[in-house]
Amino acid sequence: MDPQTIIAKRIAEELKDGMLVNLGIGIPTQVANFVPAGMRVYFQSENGLIGTGPVPEAGMAAPFLTDAGGRPVTALPGASTFDSAMSFGLIRGGHVDVTVLGGLEVDQCGRLANWMIPGKMIPGMGGAMDLVTGAKRVIVAMQHTAKNRPKIVRECSLPLTSERSIDLLVTELAVIAFPDRRATLVELSPGVSLAQVLAGTQAELVIPDYLQAASCNA
Amino acid sequence: MRTIPLQEAVEMIPSGASIMVGGFMGIGTPELIVDELVRQGKGDLTIIANDTASPGVGIGKLVRAGLVRRFIVSHIGLNPETQKMMMDGTIIVDLVPQGTLAERIRAGGCGLGGVLTPTGVGTLAEVGKSKIEVDGKTFLLETALRADFALLHAFISDYVGNLSYALTARNFNPLMAMAATTVIVHADNIVPVGVIAPDHVMTPGPLVDYVVAKG
Repeated sequence: MDPQTIIAKRIAEELKDGMLVNLGIGIPTQVANFVPAGMRVYFQSENGLIGTGPVPEAGMAAPFLTDAGGRPVTALPGASTFDSAMSFGLIRGGHVDVTVLGGLEVDQCGRLANWMIPGKMIPGMGGAMDLVTGAKRVIVAMQHTAKNRPKIVRECSLPLTSERSIDLLVTELAVIAFPDRRATLVELSPGVSLAQVLAGTQAELVIPDYLQAASCNA
Repeated sequence: MRTIPLQEAVEMIPSGASIMVGGFMGIGTPELIVDELVRQGKGDLTIIANDTASPGVGIGKLVRAGLVRRFIVSHIGLNPETQKMMMDGTIIVDLVPQGTLAERIRAGGCGLGGVLTPTGVGTLAEVGKSKIEVDGKTFLLETALRADFALLHAFISDYVGNLSYALTARNFNPLMAMAATTVIVHADNIVPVGVIAPDHVMTPGPLVDYVVAKG
């Protein structure tokens, strides 16, 4: 399995029936592919849609029905549309249960940087700052390292998206939570050792006993 | 509301004007009005919009034609031409969180001086803004936005300018319809009064100054 698929499948396990969920672009978009059959999750697209469905078949795209990247989508039965003030009222007002976002860096107290690299890439924050500020639960989908450089760092070198600590970080190697704003390893991906995770992480990680033991036996 | 030929509608807009343009990645942008702005070469514009679409699409046409002095937008990531012109200093881009942009426009249209939002506290978005504590929580004071013109796209307009939008093409259009001195709409369909039921009107006709005539 490629890293993106490992991450997307693991995040899908966090979703529950009836949740209102916003997925960012990139790896987060793939999470929708792994929602178990029979579970009803409402996906919000911040351009003004609840009930986002899969990409339409060729030749069937509606010109006025797109995702936040401007690509054609479908709307599922029960879908609703609204303007941008309502869309961000849902986001900022705490009505969105889970948001899944991509990341450039996460620091050891769980703060995310994901909207610009000064001097290099300035896409703008779009909806990211509102989503991290307002969603009930923030999950970041991110590869553990970039070109062997740690992305989970002591302190972000890139501009922050929010002061708020994210709730869960899922990489292809591990799952990290942030209780009391402290990066805490909660799971190793199958076949991954604690040493591997530590080697790719700059942030100080709290390691619970059960993972220490697992690593000794491996 | 009165109907107006496309060319005359755009002739009303002077170079240097501030303009709100509806749309999200070009969806819900009045493409015909943008084309006419380019044809007439109205320059030095301040554009308030969600994004700059992609190269050569929607607002991306204004970027490519070099007609914009300043953008107030939330995202330029899907238009490398805007990013390049921002970095080499050809245009000024004020990046605003998307929800904050929506509320600043809504405030401008609703007679408010601004809004208090938690979004952006502790980030670059707070630079130069007042912070206000309410019930122990910190908010940024984000001021209202208004513009000289709003250029909007609707799916349906009736003869008095009642508007209805389609699916995700609604986005910023109804907010901007309230926040500009002169509101110009291009509608895909113009229909008799009554075809849009009162409960289904999304922007009431009295907010609309001009609907661009067909043909």
